[in-house]
Amino acid sequence: MTQPFLLRRRDFVRLLGAGGAASLFPGAPRAAGPLVRALPSSEESLPLVGLGSWITFNVGDDPAARNDCARVMEAFFAAGGRMIDSSPMYGSSQSVIGYGLSKLGMREAVFSADKVWTGSGRRGPTQIEESRRQWGVPRFDLLQVHNLLAWEEHLPILFGMKAEGRLRHVGITTSEGRRHGEFVRIMESQPLDFIQVTYNPLDREVERRILPLAAERGIGVIVNRPFRQGALTRTLEGEPLPGWAADIGCRTWAQAILKFIIAHPAVTCAIPATTRVDHARENMAAAIDPLPDAKLRRRMASDIEKRA
Amino acid sequence: MSAWWTYAPGDLLLFSERTYYRMFELHNAALWPAQVVALALALAVALLMASGWGHRVRAVGAVIAACWLFVAWTFLLGRYAAINWVAPWFAALFIVEAALFAAVAVAGRPGALGGRWGPAQVVVFAAAVLAQPAAGLLAGRPWRQAEIFGLAPDPTAIATLGLLAVAPRGSRWLLLPLPVLWCAVSGATLWTMGAPDAWLAPTAAAFAMVAPPLLRGRTAGV
Repeated sequence: MTQPFLLRRRDFVRLLGAGGAASLFPGAPRAAGPLVRALPSSEESLPLVGLGSWITFNVGDDPAARNDCARVMEAFFAAGGRMIDSSPMYGSSQSVIGYGLSKLGMREAVFSADKVWTGSGRRGPTQIEESRRQWGVPRFDLLQVHNLLAWEEHLPILFGMKAEGRLRHVGITTSEGRRHGEFVRIMESQPLDFIQVTYNPLDREVERRILPLAAERGIGVIVNRPFRQGALTRTLEGEPLPGWAADIGCRTWAQAILKFIIAHPAVTCAIPATTRVDHARENMAAAIDPLPDAKLRRRMASDIEKRA
Repeated sequence: MSAWWTYAPGDLLLFSERTYYRMFELHNAALWPAQVVALALALAVALLMASGWGHRVRAVGAVIAACWLFVAWTFLLGRYAAINWVAPWFAALFIVEAALFAAVAVAGRPGALGGRWGPAQVVVFAAAVLAQPAAGLLAGRPWRQAEIFGLAPDPTAIATLGLLAVAPRGSRWLLLPLPVLWCAVSGATLWTMGAPDAWLAPTAAAFAMVAPPLLRGRTAGV
């Protein structure tokens, strides 16, 4: 089998702080940090894999489940992860993240990505403050307008917060291909730092316009639903991995899917969600060289489409 | 919600099946031994409705009102709201249903909940009370996660449907819509989660709407 051309390590910047993060967990194995990519709108870099919290961290007041989530976060941080994403829409996820950050002492290390999700611009600041309180962070690194809900009212408020130093980055989100036309118009007209979209080997519509536009305008891209909420990995379960998987260091389909996503040059970070420590580690291990090149990515998408 | 027509039921499910049923386990542990009291109240409802006691509507109406209020307060607001931001709205509906039963109790009209129960009505009500915990056990969930009448919403709604099976038309128009609505909502939630007993609550609601004329014809009289 021909060895595919692989993106080289110098195409990425390594997260210098990853080793430092791992050192906070003396019992954890010290691994090389994950690959990072520079944010287009600042000098900061982020690991290519983050942590989502949709459903998985909405465990309410269950003490055992909250501790399980904290353990997932611990494994995530130990592997060099930084970005955790949530929303007021996700039930108790924000408070569970806040619990984990407090327990692990990682409020300073986390790249906090949350959303504003209300149909009223007037209620936005109150909701944002409540979200900040739940997380227990001094300010958010990123606030996004969730699913474009009342974006005309929220974006000026978020840009104002950024100008005042109360917020570091501003973004918008959508999922599963909704309202892409309007999404593009906002990307073209607003000084966004981030967008969040659905992208995986089966949902590739963003490759046509949104990802190139993000690269052109210097907008970071967060990828949600990398596994179609687990449906894609469940479908592929039991299917043997193709030969190319070993060439790019994939032990599982989940890693192959993540490598496919994060190898796209416009993507800043994929945010798989999980309730399992081993899956958190497995996901973070996908952000390690080598990554597939464009040719192999096409083949990966084709192979996964055939099996899905 | 913008572009709401593009959302599938699964997109609106905020929590996992594990989290959902763990909630009942924590609820049961926190309220023990209220389960014994709740089942005793269910037994009392059946005995009262089978008795010829003149104040049975007041007593039964008060018990059912208390159950709906208790579920709204302790479960929907006290637990479910933590994982589902719609739960406070459901709690409001449960409080409305409690108020309606309280009104029936205060009015105390002898035939408001139907005539004196015969064995068939007692069996229907007992099945309604026991259906949910039995279905949970059959579905493989541990008994600690059992959903109990008076403490959890599904069995409370289903038992209320059983109670109303032989109620006169006026009372049914007043008291039936919210339990039926809850059964539909709960059935959709469980179906989305892939729970094997998702059919139970909607089936009970359908039964409550279709079967009563048959049962009413065999009522023993006021």
